[in-house]
Amino acid sequence: MSATLIELEKTSGTEPAPAKLPRRRLSRRALLLLSAAVVWIAGFVFLHGTGTLALPTSELTDLHRSLNHFNSWVASNRDDNPVFLYLLSPLRSAVDAVAAVFTTVFAASSIGLGLPEIGWLGTVALLGWIAFAVGNARVALLTVAVFTFFGLQGLFVEAAHTFALVVTAVLLSLLVGLPMGVLAGVSGRVEKIITPVLDFMQILPTFVYLAPLALVFLIGPASAVIATVIYAAPPIIRLTAHGIRGIPENTREASDSLGTTSLQRLFTLQIPMAKRTIVMGINQGTMAALSMVTIAALIAAPGLGQVVVRALQSLDVGTAVNAGLSIVLMAIMLDRVTTAASERALPATQRRRSRVSRRTRMIVVGATFALVLMLVQLSRTMLWAARFPQEVNLGPAITGGVDNASEWLQTHLFLLTGAFREAVTLAFLNPFQTAVTETPFFIMFAALALVAYAFGGWKLTALVLACLTMIIYLGLWGDAMVTLASTLVATVIVMVLGIVFGVAMGRSSRFDKLMRPVLDAGQTLPAFVYLVPFLGLFGATRFTAIIAGVIYAAPAAIKIMADGISGVSPTVVEAAVASGSTPWQVITKVQLPMARKSLGLAANQGLIYVLAMVVVGALVGAGGLGYDVVAGFVQSSLFGKGLAAGLAIVFLGILLDRITQAAAFTAPSRSLSTAQPTTTKEA
Amino acid sequence: MNSSAISVRNLWKVFGSGGAKIPLDPELSALPSSNLLERTGCVAAVRNMSFDVAKGEVFVIMGLSGSGKSTLIRCLTRLIEPTSGSVSIGGQDILQARPAELRDLRRQKMSMVFQHFGLLPHRTVLDNVAYGLQIRGAAKNERYARSREVIELVGLKGYESHFPEQLSGGMQQRVGLARALAGDPDAILFDEPFSALDPLIRRDMQAEVIRLHKDMGKTMVFVTHDLSEALKLGDRILIMRHGEAVQCGTGDELVGSPANDYIADFVSEVPRSDVLTLKWIAEPVASSTPGDAPVLSSATIIRDAIHTVMHSSSPVLVEDSGTITGQIDRDSILSVLRSTRAAA
Ligand SMILES: Nc1ncnc2c1ncn2[C@@H]1O[C@H](COP(=O)(O)OP(=O)(O)OP(=O)(O)O)[C@@H](O)[C@H]1O
Ligand SMILES: [Mg+2]
Repeated sequence: MSATLIELEKTSGTEPAPAKLPRRRLSRRALLLLSAAVVWIAGFVFLHGTGTLALPTSELTDLHRSLNHFNSWVASNRDDNPVFLYLLSPLRSAVDAVAAVFTTVFAASSIGLGLPEIGWLGTVALLGWIAFAVGNARVALLTVAVFTFFGLQGLFVEAAHTFALVVTAVLLSLLVGLPMGVLAGVSGRVEKIITPVLDFMQILPTFVYLAPLALVFLIGPASAVIATVIYAAPPIIRLTAHGIRGIPENTREASDSLGTTSLQRLFTLQIPMAKRTIVMGINQGTMAALSMVTIAALIAAPGLGQVVVRALQSLDVGTAVNAGLSIVLMAIMLDRVTTAASERALPATQRRRSRVSRRTRMIVVGATFALVLMLVQLSRTMLWAARFPQEVNLGPAITGGVDNASEWLQTHLFLLTGAFREAVTLAFLNPFQTAVTETPFFIMFAALALVAYAFGGWKLTALVLACLTMIIYLGLWGDAMVTLASTLVATVIVMVLGIVFGVAMGRSSRFDKLMRPVLDAGQTLPAFVYLVPFLGLFGATRFTAIIAGVIYAAPAAIKIMADGISGVSPTVVEAAVASGSTPWQVITKVQLPMARKSLGLAANQGLIYVLAMVVVGALVGAGGLGYDVVAGFVQSSLFGKGLAAGLAIVFLGILLDRITQAAAFTAPSRSLSTAQPTTTKEA
Repeated sequence: MNSSAISVRNLWKVFGSGGAKIPLDPELSALPSSNLLERTGCVAAVRNMSFDVAKGEVFVIMGLSGSGKSTLIRCLTRLIEPTSGSVSIGGQDILQARPAELRDLRRQKMSMVFQHFGLLPHRTVLDNVAYGLQIRGAAKNERYARSREVIELVGLKGYESHFPEQLSGGMQQRVGLARALAGDPDAILFDEPFSALDPLIRRDMQAEVIRLHKDMGKTMVFVTHDLSEALKLGDRILIMRHGEAVQCGTGDELVGSPANDYIADFVSEVPRSDVLTLKWIAEPVASSTPGDAPVLSSATIIRDAIHTVMHSSSPVLVEDSGTITGQIDRDSILSVLRSTRAAA
């Protein structure tokens, strides 16, 4: 009792200001935002077309050219610079060697017939057995079915390549991530250092480091794997640290009271108790790895991603869908197997009681392993078991079917899809983009500075101005504004979806149950896959890219909103209903205002996710920075510009992230101090 | 001071940055808690505490919530690092102990039972009890054999392969107790071990502790905020308030001669007849009392004397180690009973 009282006193003692002055502070902010809008519109109306700093696609600035030199500098120093000689090149060889092992085993040996060492049958059997050993019979069956289906699709080798890279990357991520996670979990100081780095890595779009990595580590598996590790290790580190930190203080104290050394504490207490969370981290890391390995096709990583990229480049919808389907199936399989593994990591009491005892299970695992060995042996002697039989290839059928369907859709639904696309583009996208890109840069500076000042004061304003200056310095202001426009449009759509679905889910638990699996699936799919169906429907346009970004970002925003709405105290809602509010009034007057913090968070995450898709979107017709990055991959003369564009995306990301975070962060002080009392008073 | 198992001198624990200089500063160290918090942002959870615990004694630390009991008991094995003062255990000053020595002390000499049990959820009862032995490096057979013994001792035979979650709170605390006993320590520290349990189970567990103490004679330091528990278990009781010791003595000393109003208020609801001994109510022997009147020891609890006094036609004599020190009669007994009734 007394403790709570003291706490209440403390909070009211230290923060009296927001409680007393919410209204005046809010109106000042509204005034600032309003003036930002006025500056922008006036600037556009009177000065449009001047100072836009647009740079034609093929033109370069001096900076871009000097970045190109970096390219040749690396090429000429690779063989004698000590950093390369003693650090980067050995690293590359080591990673290549590990990747080669898995590739040789599952996909294709580099010598001889190019068949996998253990044949397709051996691969299917071995992976099924592993799924059984770490998970259960159900996921083992799923694994076998999925890999057999890859064969039927005519994509066994490609899928096996992707799988081999994922396995390599996940193993290396664990090698790096587990110790770092443990360190961050055990030591507060390490965590303080690591967290901002992880935050930064998360808003860093993957494409930004893809090109430099390819430059340093050469095109091929090594740079693909290293890029993937950079992407997949953060969730592993985070969740490992989180798991260790989450152990109750009293358990830790009890073990200390028995005289444990810190190593004993780690191995008898912290790791066992954090095991479940750590395996969840491995699950997330694996999904991230699959996503990245497919994207790494852009730097010539072998596998399914390459099939998709080639198909996208030639607008071959059928092939793209066939390969996309494989990626989806692999995602589902990896997700289920790692989830089953994390369930196995639960303490025995919480696990669903299985009918078989531990011993019988061990016997079955042992016996099936013998069977696996036999099948592997068979695959090494019989050709039909080594290479997937070509006779049963459903690939062409799937490809053809999809091609026909998409053609039919495009011809018959063109009126519909085309009209929709044109309507949105003309009514919404074009005017907005013009208003952003045609406004002089100094006007945009002023407007954004006002917005930043409104939300975060001088500190944020300085950061925003620094980011904008960097974009100008990179020589890509015009393209950045194109990207900004489509990012904002996509984010607005994401927020509309987030609010509509989030409110619906927050208000009805049945709808919530229905939507969750769909959203989960949406979040586990690799980014590439989104493009494929929409490419079929809308063709390669800016609009398609925006839709892809929206689909990628919406699940996160919807989930955050749903959690925010359902997190509103039921008593307050009940009180509002009891006082005679209509459902609409409850939503607009109680639930949305009280979920204000979630609204800000959803906008923040929506923006980051949309921005992460900017480069992918460029593959299907978006312009702006994304296009520059992709062009940089393809043409070596544009390398420097691509790199600069990647950096510009980072600065744009930091800017948008910080502004939305500031907006989200300052929101709750109002909703806590004013929204709650008034609603209860009304009741 | 060789007979004392634990000896604490001028112990301070101040939470907050810059807490280390507060015990040295005569002005600051004299400030009451609220002023100290305001002035320095520090909380003095234990202030200038000194006491000794004898070998085989059950020493109870009592106080209201926030009075610093948990902090004090944790300072005894440095689970919380004391700010200043000294704590010696079996003659060894543990504040000077190096980490390895400290670990040895925790492994061999002192173990602890916690309010929230602190069991490891991923280990069975047997493995939980064996944990301390495993940490010491005991061989598997040895530690399991010893753990089975202790599990039987605390009445959990048959539950060896259960997980903590599958046990009731009382049973979980028995596991906690078994874990503390497994290493055969010289002393056991209890931090409110039974306050998370319901009253009936709490009574069982108290009886269990009393039984174990009788059987093994281990030194025990027992923290509680429940006065009746303190009186039931404690040979001596230390009452704390705002981190300071207010009074330290046996149960009947606290009830019979409270040091100040705070203690008097604290013990006002205790049924005096159940706690006080005849010593506290004996009057000088009157000349009219016959020499062959019944004799009771001065250490007899009043409640136990009622029958004799009520059935004796004369006052009853009170003796202390062979000499008659006073007498009691029906009136003196009745007045105690009356005050007990009034308090209840
Ligand atoms: N880690 C800490 N940091 C700062 N202050 C602390 C810390 N631990 C305890 N305190 C403060 O020290 C004082 C004593 O706390 P302690 O836990 O020892 O009390 P207690 O007597 O055990 O209470 P309870 O009966 O509620 O367990 C309290 O005012 C508490 O707020
Ligand atoms: Mg306590």
